[in-house]
Amino acid sequence: MARQSSPISVSFRRTDTMPTPSSSRRRLGRPAKSRAADGVVRSIIRLNGWSAIVILAAIGIFLAYGGMRALSEVGFWTMMSGREWYPTIAEPRFGFVPLLIGSAAVTITALLLSMPVSLAAAVFISEFAGKPLKEVSKSIIEFMAAVPSVVYGLIGIAVVVPWVKETFALDSGLNALTAAIVLAFMIAPTIVSISEDALHAVPNELRQGSLALGNTRWQTTYKVVLPSASSGILAAVMLGMGRAIGETMAVLMLTGNAARIPGSLFESVRTITGTIAAEMGNVVQGGLHQSVLFTLGLVLFALTFFINLVADLVLERQRKRWRR
Amino acid sequence: MVTGSAPTDKGSFTLEDVSVTYGSETAIAGVSMEIAPTAVTALIGPSGCGKSTLLRCLNRMNDELGNARVGGTILLDGIDIYTSDYDPVELRTKVGQVFQKPNPFPMSIYDNVAYGPRTQGIRRRTELDDVVERSLRRSALWGEVKKDLKKHAFELSGGQQQRLCIARALATEPEVVLMDEPASSLDPISTQQIEDTIAELKAHVTIVIVTHNMQQAARISDQTAFMLRESMDHPAFLVEMGETRTMFTNPGDTRTEAYITGRFG
Amino acid sequence: MSRIKQARMIQTIAVTVTGAAALFVVSAALFLLAYIAVRGAPAISWEFLTDVPSGQMKEGGILPAIVGTLALTAATAAFSLPIGVAAGIYLSEYAPRGKSTRVIRLAISNMAGVPSIVYGLFGLALFVILLDFGKSILAGALTLACLTLPVIITATEEALRQIPSDLRQASLALGATRWRTIYRIVLPAAAPGIVTGSILGLSRAAGETAPILFTAAVYYKRQMPDSIFSDVMALPYHIYILATQVTGRPDDIIWGTAFVLVGGVTAISVAAAAWRSTQRRKVRW
Repeated sequence: MARQSSPISVSFRRTDTMPTPSSSRRRLGRPAKSRAADGVVRSIIRLNGWSAIVILAAIGIFLAYGGMRALSEVGFWTMMSGREWYPTIAEPRFGFVPLLIGSAAVTITALLLSMPVSLAAAVFISEFAGKPLKEVSKSIIEFMAAVPSVVYGLIGIAVVVPWVKETFALDSGLNALTAAIVLAFMIAPTIVSISEDALHAVPNELRQGSLALGNTRWQTTYKVVLPSASSGILAAVMLGMGRAIGETMAVLMLTGNAARIPGSLFESVRTITGTIAAEMGNVVQGGLHQSVLFTLGLVLFALTFFINLVADLVLERQRKRWRR
Repeated sequence: MVTGSAPTDKGSFTLEDVSVTYGSETAIAGVSMEIAPTAVTALIGPSGCGKSTLLRCLNRMNDELGNARVGGTILLDGIDIYTSDYDPVELRTKVGQVFQKPNPFPMSIYDNVAYGPRTQGIRRRTELDDVVERSLRRSALWGEVKKDLKKHAFELSGGQQQRLCIARALATEPEVVLMDEPASSLDPISTQQIEDTIAELKAHVTIVIVTHNMQQAARISDQTAFMLRESMDHPAFLVEMGETRTMFTNPGDTRTEAYITGRFG
Repeated sequence: MSRIKQARMIQTIAVTVTGAAALFVVSAALFLLAYIAVRGAPAISWEFLTDVPSGQMKEGGILPAIVGTLALTAATAAFSLPIGVAAGIYLSEYAPRGKSTRVIRLAISNMAGVPSIVYGLFGLALFVILLDFGKSILAGALTLACLTLPVIITATEEALRQIPSDLRQASLALGATRWRTIYRIVLPAAAPGIVTGSILGLSRAAGETAPILFTAAVYYKRQMPDSIFSDVMALPYHIYILATQVTGRPDDIIWGTAFVLVGGVTAISVAAAAWRSTQRRKVRW
């Protein structure tokens, strides 16, 4: 995970204004030009520095712009509370509830499956593994994060779908549970690496203090390290949740995509992401259906935005805590 | 006290009531001194007494550290270097600096020395070759590296790296070279070489050196300034300044005497 | 049983249980790799890599998809590298410590968590429809560039922070301007870290499907792209299509395509990481 680590200040910063050239210069020409260039470059670089904020804002603006027609013709609450999703019939119904439930079912199940194993793995890698074992397992898990999601979908179809179908004696293996199992593996690298970072950030003095009192390593982990890293672990789970909600291709390939409110995890569901991916390619440009899908995208964006924001604020607070 | 520079001499500093403030904390206050041209001035005092901070005022490197504010007046050859139209970049080509730890750039010996001249726009190969050779000779490194100027600077020993850094500072033909404990991370033989280099350089440039080492200050400097910060609640100040020989044999202030004879610091 | 004995037993159990969990996750990753290799490698042949698909996509090769993914990734790099590196420079070298910088940092890590399908929608609205680039390499690459940006910014900033401030000061003390210091001293020294981090980010972009669904990728196309306004086939999209939309799944072609994609991405990432570690050994601070 390429998340920001602690900002150690080694670079120079300046607060004064641009120097104006003095009159008593030995060499005019190139250096004078390069000094003028210094100011220009600084402005260009500062502009780029703001790119993330600009893009993030643009995403929100363009999704809202695309969803404007739906918001005015159907209405936000009608969509959010509608229990039926029939977008292409003569009198279309644009209710998000089945899709929200589909996403929630898959996400929560995936989290429940992934969390215990991922957190235990993080504890082992951070607290019990020796250095070589730690390095090797971290890079292997990193590889897991780099596998494209469409490949996870493919392996899900080849391995997990038949397994679920047989084990639970179902007619089809394309359902919420199958998608959740595959998602559980997909979000494991996020949860493992971020909670491992959080555990690793706990100062060694705390561990030594506890060990010196006669606690075993596990008692130390359980009584001292885990509580100290709890907010970071919470953030790791939240970021894993954000990934799960936003995951598209694997879910699209595995849920079966039936847009109805499911009675159990063995039924086919359709998620927010799967709906957008499956339907956006077949809509009339500028049509109401397209606009509804943009609104759905806006809901997804807002959801992940807040989950990520809270997680990042939690991580930031934790980083400050250990920085002295 | 060594005062009054002849008009032809370049590289004299006049400090009047200089203070440095970081945010709300005043680190140095009320420092006035004359730094003589083509001589070695040593700044001594216990750690944390603001020697390095004062040194960085002389080439405005404090500007780069963000929240430092410099008060009072600092004149280089009679010209105020802190007026708004005085360019710090320009100043630093006249006032070079050698740092505590050797910090060569990750490039060849030649490129290290040629960095300053190239920054000033010199591109002609012959001209650069001349500058590189002259600077390396002046820092007494030429004999050891002349055969292989393309060698990566990191392959040199610590002492050689520091002399490379001196050559790099000399290549812009500065009037003044500031040295911040240049030998503190080096072995005795390398330290000796650096001191020899300083002794030769002072014929042409002004040298201001911060040092913790009393013997070193006594050996190499012509005048010495003793600074002190008596508590963290009060800013550091200049206790006294004078000819090195006088200072070490007959200090005017009891605190100077105590420090020189090793009773504190 | 004494307290100490009991504590020791619990310790053993805890290590075993957490160790098993770690082993499980690591094995899953290895299984993934092995499964793709075993099923995909037999399909690889010269013809597979250099032919166009034929027989309703059930025969032939995947050349247009390989070329399409390479073109998309190269164009993505062209857009995201300059902006991302400049933003990383800003954060490491120029940004004042304060609220605005904090907001920028939050925005960057938030961007990293925006779902890829949302980037796809954004690209559709802005690049395909509003700017009228149509379904094209240009629109797809711009979309992927947004997605890759946070990785490149973070990699650049971290690489720059590794460079000791001594070097910056030495350059400034020689009368170099700030920008000259950055591009002659700091950037070259940080280049290995920046390049490696960027390659990792870009190789991930190469495997993305959702962002290019509506902005660049097409089902089937024989011709090679001739400009950045061409639409293209792409490896991840090809896998999706073959696995879900083609009747009578052509298994060897699907797994061969997956092998090419995962193998390519992994090989490039490993090579980049290895190169960086040789560079590190050469230069130590």
